[in-house]
Amino acid sequence: MVLRSSLKSCLQLSCILKTSKAGFRSTMSGGLIIQSISNDIYQNLAVEDWIHDHMNLENRQVLFLWRNSPAVVIGRHQNPWQECNLRLMRQKNIKLARRRSGGGTVYHDLGNINLTFFTTRKKYERMENLKLIVKALKALRPQLDVHVTDRYDILLDRQFKISGTAAKLGRTTAYHHCTLLCNADKFVLSSVLKTPYKGIKSNATPSVPASVKNLFEEDPSLTCEMLLDAIAEEYATQHQIDHHITLVNPADESVLPGISNKTKELQAWEWVYGKTPKFTVSTCLNMVYKDSVIDVKVDLDVKHGRIEVCNIDLPEQWLPPALCSELVNSFTGSKFCPNEITTLATTLLRVCPQDDEMHSRWNLLCENMTRLM
Amino acid sequence: VCIHRVRSCSSIRFIKSKYVCVFDKSALKFSHQQRLFRTSAVSCGQIVQFKLSDIGEGITEVTVKEWYVKEGDSVSQFDSICEVQSDKASVTITSRYDGIIRKLHYNVDEIAYVGKPLVDIETDASKGLASEEDVVETPPMSHEEHTHQEIKGHKTLATPAVRRLAMENNVKLSEVVGTGKDNRILKEDILNYLAKQTGAILPPSPKAEIIPPLPKSETVPAAPKAHKIPVPVSRPIVFSGKDKTEPITGFHKAMVKTMSAALKIPHFGYCDEIDLTQLVQLREELKPLAELRGVKLSFMPFFIKAASLGLLQYPILNASLDESCQNVTYKASHNIGVAMDTEQGLIVPNVKNVQVCSVFEIASELNRLQSLGSAGQLGTNDLTGGTFTLSNIGTIGGTYAKPVILPPEVAIGALGKIQLLPRFNGKGEVFKAQIMNVSWSADHRIIDGATMARFSNLWKSYLENPASMLLDLK
Repeated sequence: MVLRSSLKSCLQLSCILKTSKAGFRSTMSGGLIIQSISNDIYQNLAVEDWIHDHMNLENRQVLFLWRNSPAVVIGRHQNPWQECNLRLMRQKNIKLARRRSGGGTVYHDLGNINLTFFTTRKKYERMENLKLIVKALKALRPQLDVHVTDRYDILLDRQFKISGTAAKLGRTTAYHHCTLLCNADKFVLSSVLKTPYKGIKSNATPSVPASVKNLFEEDPSLTCEMLLDAIAEEYATQHQIDHHITLVNPADESVLPGISNKTKELQAWEWVYGKTPKFTVSTCLNMVYKDSVIDVKVDLDVKHGRIEVCNIDLPEQWLPPALCSELVNSFTGSKFCPNEITTLATTLLRVCPQDDEMHSRWNLLCENMTRLM
Repeated sequence: VCIHRVRSCSSIRFIKSKYVCVFDKSALKFSHQQRLFRTSAVSCGQIVQFKLSDIGEGITEVTVKEWYVKEGDSVSQFDSICEVQSDKASVTITSRYDGIIRKLHYNVDEIAYVGKPLVDIETDASKGLASEEDVVETPPMSHEEHTHQEIKGHKTLATPAVRRLAMENNVKLSEVVGTGKDNRILKEDILNYLAKQTGAILPPSPKAEIIPPLPKSETVPAAPKAHKIPVPVSRPIVFSGKDKTEPITGFHKAMVKTMSAALKIPHFGYCDEIDLTQLVQLREELKPLAELRGVKLSFMPFFIKAASLGLLQYPILNASLDESCQNVTYKASHNIGVAMDTEQGLIVPNVKNVQVCSVFEIASELNRLQSLGSAGQLGTNDLTGGTFTLSNIGTIGGTYAKPVILPPEVAIGALGKIQLLPRFNGKGEVFKAQIMNVSWSADHRIIDGATMARFSNLWKSYLENPASMLLDLK
């Protein structure tokens, strides 16, 4: 059984931090296991950043345990429009985050646990970490058929993916993090990870879809807490440290100075959407207008999440040409974001001639454009 | 003494031949390759090919995903140069040298090879070069106490140029507080340390993150403290902030157009004070009833409904003037816009057909618009078709305002905050009144002052005596 220190021990931790002035940098040997008390994806990613940037991992490795409320997490170099159903996520209030490590897109909810292994860059070794997890799972439930593939996935019954991996290497430190599906909502998972957006061409890292299964489905007696404990225990054994988990509050600036800035950076539009590698959208809008369908060819170049080039092929005179070019001109440079396009277009409408027919066409075009985003 | 030492430092730096000799000896200790040094006095730097170092796990090739620098940029040691990706791992490559980027060997999405050149960096020959060894931290030099040390598990980072400055001035790097990235020790830090040693006072640094020097009771300061009376050193106050220019795009670009058009409208203003004492009480009574029905009741639904009742009497305020100013269109629907402050800026969704809505229905619709607004999910229908606008700037603060009419409308009202103020009643007694100020702006081309004043009085009377609204509610 692993001991979990309460928040009081968190204060103890901050005492360690203050006396040595280097905080987590004090040289304690072996390892450290910490668990986040927050379920906010941005805060937890910020903790990873913080440890990566500020901790001296020469003589000590760290295992970070965390879980998130529903969120889709894309890899550093991915395109969210290619990877997930942003429209559905907005409706269901599922957050989108971009992590700093590479790899593919995953869905997180409280039924999924995240594990991050921090080491120095020299000691970066993903296979060992995954084998540790498998060992812990087998110790907990010997009958589980789990193994590590050479793509750094963990498969259940040789078929179903229960864990995906990604990593980040910096100048002196590195981390390898992975998920573990215990009891996540597979229905929501499959619906949000399916993109409705067509016509996107991009060099962004694509995700490799896989059939997934929850460990809970294999053995209903398993819970997330049990899995976390088992893995922490195995880690403690292998690193010859106490079976002790320190709780950490990602909102506590005194324990993690600078953490709120890191959280803000991860939430910023410029990071989440703006870091999308440039891509093009080439598609056709089928606008339903007064008993007829109007086909409109649209070509967009999107860079840094903003529309760099915009071509909309409308039937002649469907909208006055001057207004057409006004609209296209305003789209250029705008964020590739439905809210931005809607507010932009409706604001512009105020300075257009007051013609109800023209207004409804304008609105229709904008609504259809936002469906691409 | 301090200044003198600094100057002598700088003067030494420019005697290049002497420098090269000193540098050569220590460089030869750990460099693997012989490099040709220029012995002339020309200050051109030399191009060093920075190779992609080992990623680990036997990886030989990676994909370049993002460049953080471009040709011509200057970089310092440890600055991030680019991001590469290999098999689910994202790697940040940092510079090993100080210098200027002269060539990027790959474009984004190209494959880069471990051991092959990634960028060419022009380094300043006099500053010296770090080792070519494939290690991440610069290895210790022979003079231990002047260079790379551990302070309670924390390595001190400093470029070779800074280390030389410290060495020449007999400064222990372990005693200097680093203010650079990753607590790196910069040249300024050495100078600060020297200044402090001689008792000089420097102006306070603009940086907030300076950590006070680590207390070390057992060490003796490098130079004896000679002066009791502080001698101020004139040092330019350094502010490294830079102006930032961004293009105006998207929504903001549209706002520029709209506001420019708005100011072409000849505005006139009319302000007044409303006693909301009775309304405040009424709202208190009705709030729980609305909550039972799942709706949050603010003051706005009352303001909106009263405005609509007023517009029934003064329909010119719910009109629109065409571009040529030839025709006025009296709009049948009262689609009253409510200015909302969101992350993006000022958004104005409107409540449709207020003339046929009850106060409760208006409140419910406002709730819907507000939650969509804060989630950034308002639709085109919500944001278009407005005929008259109210802006409740009082929720943020302020009393009187000069609102700008939103075309194609002809009037707008700004509501200040509700304040508890003393007023006289009919008997001449002082009582506590809930006072709010309203500032109207109207298009003087078709609306005259009298019309605005009468509308405002009617609106005011409905709100000051809410029971009177009952008489005219349809």
